[in-house]
Amino acid sequence: MELNYFLILSAFLFCVGVYGVLARKNGVLVLMSVELMLNAVSINLIAFSALNHSVSGQIFALFVITIAAAEVGVGLAIVLLIYRNLKSPDLDKIDELKG
Amino acid sequence: MLDAAWLIPTVPAIAFALITLFGKRMPKHGAEIGIAAVGASFVMSCIAASQWIDRVEAATGHSEGLGAFGKSVFRAAGEQGVEPVVNTVTWWISGGVHFSVGTTVDGLTVMMLFVVTLISLLVQIYSTAYMHDDRRYTWFFACLSLFTASMLTLVVSENLLQLLVGWELVGLCSFMLIGHWWEDLANSRAAIKAFLTTRVGDIGLMIGVIVMYFAADTFSIVGINEYALSSGAEHNLLLAGAICLFIGIIGKSGQFPLHTWLPDAMAGPTPVSALIHAATMVVAGVYLGARLYPVFYEGFSIADGGINFMALIGGVTIIIGAVLAFVQRDIKKVLAYSTISQLGYMVMALGVGAWTAAVFHLFTHAFFKALLFLGAGSVSHSGSHHSFDMKSDMGGLRKYMPVTFATFMIGSLALAGIFPFAGFWSKDEILVTAGEGGFEVFMVVGLIGAFLTAAYMTRCVYLTFFGEYRGHGHPHESPRAITVPLIILAGFSVVAGLINAVPLGIEKFTEWFEPTFAFPHLVHAEFDYGLAVISVTIAVVGIGIAAWLWFRREELGPFRGLTQRNALARRGYVFLENKYYLDHLYENVIVDGTRGVVARAFYWFDQHVIDAFVKGVGLVAARVGRFSYDVVDQKGVDGAINALAAGTGDAGSALRTVQSGRVQRYALLLFAAVGLLSLALYLVNS
Repeated sequence: MELNYFLILSAFLFCVGVYGVLARKNGVLVLMSVELMLNAVSINLIAFSALNHSVSGQIFALFVITIAAAEVGVGLAIVLLIYRNLKSPDLDKIDELKG
Repeated sequence: MLDAAWLIPTVPAIAFALITLFGKRMPKHGAEIGIAAVGASFVMSCIAASQWIDRVEAATGHSEGLGAFGKSVFRAAGEQGVEPVVNTVTWWISGGVHFSVGTTVDGLTVMMLFVVTLISLLVQIYSTAYMHDDRRYTWFFACLSLFTASMLTLVVSENLLQLLVGWELVGLCSFMLIGHWWEDLANSRAAIKAFLTTRVGDIGLMIGVIVMYFAADTFSIVGINEYALSSGAEHNLLLAGAICLFIGIIGKSGQFPLHTWLPDAMAGPTPVSALIHAATMVVAGVYLGARLYPVFYEGFSIADGGINFMALIGGVTIIIGAVLAFVQRDIKKVLAYSTISQLGYMVMALGVGAWTAAVFHLFTHAFFKALLFLGAGSVSHSGSHHSFDMKSDMGGLRKYMPVTFATFMIGSLALAGIFPFAGFWSKDEILVTAGEGGFEVFMVVGLIGAFLTAAYMTRCVYLTFFGEYRGHGHPHESPRAITVPLIILAGFSVVAGLINAVPLGIEKFTEWFEPTFAFPHLVHAEFDYGLAVISVTIAVVGIGIAAWLWFRREELGPFRGLTQRNALARRGYVFLENKYYLDHLYENVIVDGTRGVVARAFYWFDQHVIDAFVKGVGLVAARVGRFSYDVVDQKGVDGAINALAAGTGDAGSALRTVQSGRVQRYALLLFAAVGLLSLALYLVNS
């Protein structure tokens, strides 16, 4: 098994995710990018789990998936409320906490 | 059932939770749960009692062939005897000491279980009618169930800590029930008084438990009893432990001088009074005395005869309680003082080595005292319009309430110790054993008590049931839920004594219920016909004199209104009316004394010593303060603080540009920071 393929895929996905989180204006797309980053991490975990013949990495990945589901539920609710208040999902428009 | 005795207290405890949670929604508002639970406990107690009796008969069976002589040899030889059934589980472990909970079942336990569950069952049935329409009906039944459960916990407990838990729970429940009608200030005051007065004794008990733990190195009741009888026991330690434990008994069982809470406890509903006086609260003290009897027996050197602390307190209580019963107008207070006096008998019996007689008296007394209280409740419920005043609201009720009258008469005769009712057998056994064991003084005290008991009960019966009706209601007989428990209790009051009718050759009570394991060898006195005749005669004379004085008082010119005319008699009456000024002593002298003299002394100390000192300290402190304000504070500290504040302000202005309020800007900073840190880590490691 070639570990590097998995690591490269994971790194690529992670970078795409980081880019999405930093650059996209739409809140929904930011959330999706966060998911991409989480999944990149999961791929890493599973790859190392397979390499080390240890099940704990896979269990970790299962936890990540569960928490991600909960997180995205909360996140979408927040985005929905932002949309309801500002009539737009644009994250640049909220700077209420500017110092 | 002997091994599953923990179920007996558990069932009413669960009933308490169920009634509290769901009682109000039940068709009978929770009463059915309470009655069912206590009924189940009663059935289980009966099973346990019969199994215990089988066990005893099986153990003594092999010596039966030798006849009476062989049996007594078996007892005297003190083979291991019939061991109590002990079951424990570990409660918690602390510092290597195992604290356990469990059950000890022996003759004393099964006898108490039977009495407590039976009386509780009858009281609950009675309460369905008596407490009808009460605003806290459901809560009342919940409390009754908890009361029974706590008492049963105390009875079956395996060690002194568990017993202490039951003991305190019993105190708590009686507090709640005495103050059941707390809207009246007098009732809540009575509840608080009961709680605090018994608390004084509880401190003694707690110290006693600790002393016994360090003496015997165990909390286990059987273990402590074995220790007390072993040759390695230190007498002074046992004496200290016995005195402390006995103070607990004084508080709980209403012994002189802590008996003052008991009459006030009459503020509670009548079924509660019956329960407190017959089966739960007050007998807990006597039960403790019987349970740890080896400690008292050895500690007070009862075997040597003569006067000891326990017998003395009991004897004083008999007379004091009985005399006070004469001046009460309230029928329940007459009965309350009578209970104090009868508890005095039990404690005195324990003090003179008459263990079996004491426990036997507890057994018979439970029936007739519950009967009398429930009878008094029946009178007030249906005869006198919820009043307990014999002089203004009762009289002539025998025509209107035949069942209550007949059962009340049986209870009174049993209490007075008239042959062949229950009280005769147990009281007689106490007197005989006292006389034989070298305690003649206490035998005489007991006989005087018997005379007084007969006389005050005659007065009470006369005022309630004879003469003309003085109330303003329409007296009628009580409903069946009230009369049926009365009839059952009256039945027991007649026959319960026959279980240990020594002259008829029946000694089942001694055989079944007296412990043979880890127990001192007690002398059982022979039945004395002369003494029995004397005690019954004395009681009859008491009844006769009292009846003669009350029925013929029109013709007794010189005696009528004696207390109004004769100064000495008047003073005696006032002395009794004020209950020997004991309440006065406690409330005014001790409490106010503490508040008055001691408080004044403290006030002077406060003003002259502490204040002067404080003032000096204050002046010095002021000087030091002025100096430090001018130099340290204004220049040093303030300067530093101002500089710090200015620096913080500048730094804040510089940094506020970072606080853009935009989520993605923050995320960028986050990732940049992670990137930089990763880089640093990489450089450090490579």
